[in-house]
Amino acid sequence: MSHDDHSEKLPFWRKYIFSLDHKVIGVQYAVTGLLFLLFGFSLMMLIRWQLAYPGKPMPFLGQFFHPKTMIGGIMLPEFYNQLGAMHGTIMVFLGVVPLAVGGFGNYVVPLQIGAPDMAFPKLNMMSYWSYFLGGVVMFSSFFLPEGSAQSGWTSYAPLSVIASSGQTWWLFGMVLLITSSLLGSANFITTIVQLRADGLSFFRLPFFVWAQFVTSFLLLLAFPPLEAAGVLQLMDRLAGTSFFLPSGLVVAGRVLERSGGGNPLLWQHLFWFLAHPEVYVLILPAMGIVAEVLATNTRKPIYGYKAMVYSVIFLGFMSFIVWAHHMFLTGMGTKMSAFFQITTMIISIPSIVILTALALSLWGGSIRFNTPTLFAIAFLPMFGIGGLTGLPLGLAASDIHLHDTYYVIGHFHYVVAPGTLFALFAGVYHWYPKVTGRKMSEFLGKLHFWPSLVFINCVFMPMFLMGLAGVSRRLWDPTQYAHAQAVQPLNVFISFSAWFLGLAQIPFILNFFGSLLWGKKVDRNPWEATTLEWSALSPPPHGNFNHPPVVYRGPYEYSVPGQKHDFWPQDMKEKN
Amino acid sequence: MSSLIRYISKPHPVTGVTNAKLGTWCFLASEVMLFGGLFSTYVLLRTGASHWPRGSELLNVPLATLNTLILITSSVTMVMSWASLAMKDFPKYRFYMASTILLGLAFLGVKSFEYGSKFSHHHFPSTDPFYAIYFTLTGLHGLHVLGGIIVNTYFLFPGSALWRTEPEQFTGRIECAGLYWHFVDLVWIFLFPVLYLL
Amino acid sequence: MEKYYGWGLPIDISTQGPEIDRLIYVVHGLMAALFIGWFAYLVIALIRFRQRPGHAAVYQLNHFKAPTYIEVAVALFEVLLLVGFSFPVLNHVRNVFPDPAKALQVRIVAEQFVWNVHYPGDDGIFGKTNIHLISGTNPVGLDSSDPAAKDDIVMINQFHVPVHKPVIVQLSSKDVIHSFSIPVMRVKQDVIPGQTIPVWFEATKTGNFEIACAQLCGLGHYRMRGFFTVETEDQFHSWLNSMKPPEPAPANVPTAPAMPVASPTPASSGGVTG
Repeated sequence: MSHDDHSEKLPFWRKYIFSLDHKVIGVQYAVTGLLFLLFGFSLMMLIRWQLAYPGKPMPFLGQFFHPKTMIGGIMLPEFYNQLGAMHGTIMVFLGVVPLAVGGFGNYVVPLQIGAPDMAFPKLNMMSYWSYFLGGVVMFSSFFLPEGSAQSGWTSYAPLSVIASSGQTWWLFGMVLLITSSLLGSANFITTIVQLRADGLSFFRLPFFVWAQFVTSFLLLLAFPPLEAAGVLQLMDRLAGTSFFLPSGLVVAGRVLERSGGGNPLLWQHLFWFLAHPEVYVLILPAMGIVAEVLATNTRKPIYGYKAMVYSVIFLGFMSFIVWAHHMFLTGMGTKMSAFFQITTMIISIPSIVILTALALSLWGGSIRFNTPTLFAIAFLPMFGIGGLTGLPLGLAASDIHLHDTYYVIGHFHYVVAPGTLFALFAGVYHWYPKVTGRKMSEFLGKLHFWPSLVFINCVFMPMFLMGLAGVSRRLWDPTQYAHAQAVQPLNVFISFSAWFLGLAQIPFILNFFGSLLWGKKVDRNPWEATTLEWSALSPPPHGNFNHPPVVYRGPYEYSVPGQKHDFWPQDMKEKN
Repeated sequence: MSSLIRYISKPHPVTGVTNAKLGTWCFLASEVMLFGGLFSTYVLLRTGASHWPRGSELLNVPLATLNTLILITSSVTMVMSWASLAMKDFPKYRFYMASTILLGLAFLGVKSFEYGSKFSHHHFPSTDPFYAIYFTLTGLHGLHVLGGIIVNTYFLFPGSALWRTEPEQFTGRIECAGLYWHFVDLVWIFLFPVLYLL
Repeated sequence: MEKYYGWGLPIDISTQGPEIDRLIYVVHGLMAALFIGWFAYLVIALIRFRQRPGHAAVYQLNHFKAPTYIEVAVALFEVLLLVGFSFPVLNHVRNVFPDPAKALQVRIVAEQFVWNVHYPGDDGIFGKTNIHLISGTNPVGLDSSDPAAKDDIVMINQFHVPVHKPVIVQLSSKDVIHSFSIPVMRVKQDVIPGQTIPVWFEATKTGNFEIACAQLCGLGHYRMRGFFTVETEDQFHSWLNSMKPPEPAPANVPTAPAMPVASPTPASSGGVTG
């Protein structure tokens, strides 16, 4: 049975709101994700004021904030903690993953495998709306009497158990988001396994599809323990249980009347069992995008494709057995610590293989320096710095000094911000012509790229120095500590860099919307690429292809000797 | 002109399964991890506790044994309902599916009685870690049973219209519903000894 | 005054410090070497293989051997970092505790948002504590009926230790997870409610330093600053003596003031929710 053949006759709300077409859903995910990224970024810009000028009133903007958040423009610690917790939550769960997996995955994967849609279109639609609802819940929590969640995105117990109602909303929001991810991941796995075009064997798949495939397994298997943990924390908060509360707690001078017998570390184990694979969910689609953009714009096959595939599978498997490296300082014995240090060191190997293969793909190429390529190339050293700075953290002895300092913030932001986000930008510039039928402006693209590259490094590089100096995370006023006061000028530098980084996104926003109207119109294959999505119209119609494609070769047959053109599409039977 | 999504009714030549079946297996894998998280919680709480009651002292073992038999029987009737469709016997399918639903409701009825009895004796999830994990594990399992009952009821009444237009696809759906139901039964097979007997 | 803090590692006044710092330097050396070499390659590749007339891309390249060798070397170096540095250092810090008879024993009970420092007194025995006895003037719930508790000294946010003497600290928390951190000692240990976790160190220099909380613990996390003083043995003992609870007063004499607290903040301060 096909889904609706009469898509042209569908009413507006079924064609564009509750659509079953993976392309519409992909755009919904992408636009919602981008909006949440912007919102999460704005929260960070507020945080940066307080860090640069602790306790000083925020100029102009301060007057618009409710007295529960700022008094006379001076940010309250409770609001600062809310901003911290929600910035992380929103960027990871409402921004990056929906854009990378829900947006790019949904739109591109069925096209790249030559399928008419995802295997389960109705499930796909429900995944999006579950995500949307989760986002509404998270966003609304700011307006609760005591504000949103404020125990970090990590929600460690017992703090999160005794926190205000915003934490309960956070938990319900997470249940909705996890549901969305679980439904989506089953959809992706089934689609990739079952709906590949004839001739498209697994080792002819674009690396982007492999990356999404492994990502889906991570989401499918790693999220449920967090869902279980969320249920347990909800029980602790609402039903008076003590899953995470030990006996004998005294809060604000009063003995807590609870049964006790629980363990705060139970939450940490369940949380990190998801949250570590989650970080690979954040990076894998990005690596996939970089592979596509580099292959297209170096005009040669990706180096070491097979090694990359085996590495990404191995990486996915390893990501499940490193989680306690986030818990080295919880009183862990040296044997358990040794195990997790070893697995953490091992997992660096496939990451390095993939990064090296991508970098070596440049060698012997003919590199076109357009905007998607600039972002894709920048990803490489940025992810390199992020990955390298994981080493002193993954070694438990050096982690003693660096744990929960700004070194950690620098490390993971390098991977996610100039890492993943740059790759996602590359993806936007690369696939925009397929989605809209128009190219984005190269001028605005470069105006977006260069300042972003400079300022994002100015934001995160100093954090390593701050971490070495011992400055803790999540401090409303770092100047209370002498060791943090010594690096306070760095905070001012970082804040201004962050605000300039914000300004640097304006060309992107203008470009994104403006190109819809004024972008240069393009046909099916403006980049002269080889993968299947470029055989469809721009944008593809409902059902994607007139006839199901047949695949004759691998995904990166560029510059094949003896051909007139320097690209050989996967579904072209004759020579090009 | 739109293309068709393949392998909705006929299985994929290489994998040997339909899309729905593969999707169901994926979903069940995630459910294993969900209940696995809770069982791990049980292990951590019990090994960290200075004392832990025996389930048989606090819980009604005969009633739970009855519930185990009810659930196992319902798995049998579930298979029979699918087999009836495979043999093109729609009335038999309805009989067996209705039996499965009724048995599921019986299971929930027994559980409600158990819960009610606990509450009237002032044993709540907040009472101690044993009751906390007991209520949470059986509660989440109960919700899964309820979910299965709702899906099965849909397939017994409005959903069964698909039998007339796409019998193969409908049979496949019942098979997937069966997979889920067996899984819910299997979780109980673990829950029962862990909570009630150990 | 000697400069303790700057843009990088703080001064190191700990016997454990040098080995932790050595690992930090070695790892960063490896990181720098890798990144500089790799980045040099990147720049060369970008310049050499930029698109220009007369230079087409090459379809088939021979397999590069160098990256494999480098990859293997990096893996071996990681093994060296683990086996030669991290494992022994961690073992030393976590397992090789000083002889309790020769060390100063202290209990530190963390709460929102202060560090309660509990000394056992001359008898060297910690008095019994009971959470139901916790009050504004008795932050650790010391049971005065226990004879061992009579000479115990409890300070708020004041942690003094003698220099060149091992110290064993038993860490516990009343409410939420905190983390006991003294940057200049390279000491950091999460304080988990429901557990007592020991940590040890030995200071090599005197001075006034600070304790920081390194795990978000609520609204007052930013101001959970303790004062960490390292002094000579004599100074330490005279300080401890001056902090002793007063002798019970004979009748007709006005009673001495209650147990001294070093900070103006009352023990159970700060908000509950965080």
